[in-house]
Amino acid sequence: MAFAKARQLNNNRLKFLNEPMEADAETDIIYMMCPMHLLTIEDKVKEIKAGQILSILTDYDGALEDIPEWCAKTGNEFLGIYEDADHYKFYIKKIKESQ
Amino acid sequence: MKKIYLDHVATNPLHPEVLDAMMPYFKEHYGNPLSLYEPGMKAREAIENARVSTAELINAKAREIIFTASGAESNNFALKGIAYAFQNKGKHIIVSKVEHHSVLNSARFLEKQGFAVTYLPVDNYGLVNPSDVEKAITDETILISIIHASPEIGTIQPIAEISRIAKEKGIIVHTDSVASAGNIPVDVLELNVDLMTFAAHQFYGPKGAAALYVREGTRIVPLIYGGIQEGGRRAGTENVPAIVGMGKAAEITKRDLQKRIDHVTPLRDSIIGNTLKTDKVILTGHPEKRLPGHASFVVEYIEGEAMLLMLAAKGIYSASGSACSSKALKSSPVLISIGIPVHLAQGSVVFTLGEGTTGEDINYFNETFPQIISRLREISPYAKGWEETEAPACTAKK
Repeated sequence: MAFAKARQLNNNRLKFLNEPMEADAETDIIYMMCPMHLLTIEDKVKEIKAGQILSILTDYDGALEDIPEWCAKTGNEFLGIYEDADHYKFYIKKIKESQ
Repeated sequence: MKKIYLDHVATNPLHPEVLDAMMPYFKEHYGNPLSLYEPGMKAREAIENARVSTAELINAKAREIIFTASGAESNNFALKGIAYAFQNKGKHIIVSKVEHHSVLNSARFLEKQGFAVTYLPVDNYGLVNPSDVEKAITDETILISIIHASPEIGTIQPIAEISRIAKEKGIIVHTDSVASAGNIPVDVLELNVDLMTFAAHQFYGPKGAAALYVREGTRIVPLIYGGIQEGGRRAGTENVPAIVGMGKAAEITKRDLQKRIDHVTPLRDSIIGNTLKTDKVILTGHPEKRLPGHASFVVEYIEGEAMLLMLAAKGIYSASGSACSSKALKSSPVLISIGIPVHLAQGSVVFTLGEGTTGEDINYFNETFPQIISRLREISPYAKGWEETEAPACTAKK
């Protein structure tokens, strides 16, 4: 995967992690395209508690813009992206229980 | 004239309860399942209910079912989807020589894309030897796909044993269960497979509805990208009535399966016992490890097509077993793989029974078929034995 693409994006919401993080739940949506990344996050965030961390494995480049944006809109905390061998790991912290 | 349908492996009539369940989704509940208003939500709810029943037939979870339009699509999806998803891990795939063409031709396609494929031989009954699977595995092997039961010779493969070997090496297993699901108990956990293909019309559901079971957590590259249908893994507006029909057919089949097996098994045994009384007739496939409603033969000195036509003239509908023989006038790769010589393979006939088959039907068949064999042998140029003869074989053997 051309991870350089992620670095080139002019997106000040993107945060890159040097190490993967511990997560309370993980969802693997590798090979799924738009809008599955957003629909899946919505579903999975409902399944975790406030304060818990969800990791999303995806190889969909569009997620680089969409997931931080989704977090900003929904009030969840985007913790960062770890670049694995052939996919991204996004980390999101659920902020409000009502979501 | 009597009409006796003995080609249930080709397809089945719709169960009346299935048709009743489908009808409202052609008429009142025509909404797009993605629409957020009531007709759409009705359709969505019906699909999800069908997913539950379909999953229960094979002891899977509802979210492990991806609805498709045919067994062929599911087989293509399984092979290509897994090959592409795991190509960074390895590029070797194992299939048998007796797979359906949707598996064989997908494997050939993948060979053109740079994958290596091993086509495993089978024994004279059509069985894959699990130790051959083990020997064929390399560090590059990512997928093993072996048909569960052959529609052509009825043999049921030792899938659980093959899966056990594969799992020890972390290899994904797919089985094509089109001919088995709905005819014998099929349990994805007992078989320990990661992917399974099955089709509704094999168990009195509609054509155009099938499924691919994908074990939760198994990555797969979609064949069809587009919308969010089937969790984004198979895009396209759903064929709601067909999916509803598949769900209903699965529910009925789960309820009636043992009754169906108990009904067709003695009738099949009657066909086999009676037909083998005629000289120079060979039962193809395994005598015991075979589908309960499946009787298949090779009849020497005459052609399968001639038998089919004469049987049809007597109101008995059956098949020669392979598109190779019926459409392309070639020898079936399955029959060649089990060691049937090319000249005998032309005399293939397959009779498959269903819940509507009666004892009276089989009595009529048992009277009629030997007479047809005798009549055709009287006019066969080979009636006194085979002369030097050679016909082109299909190219499945590698």
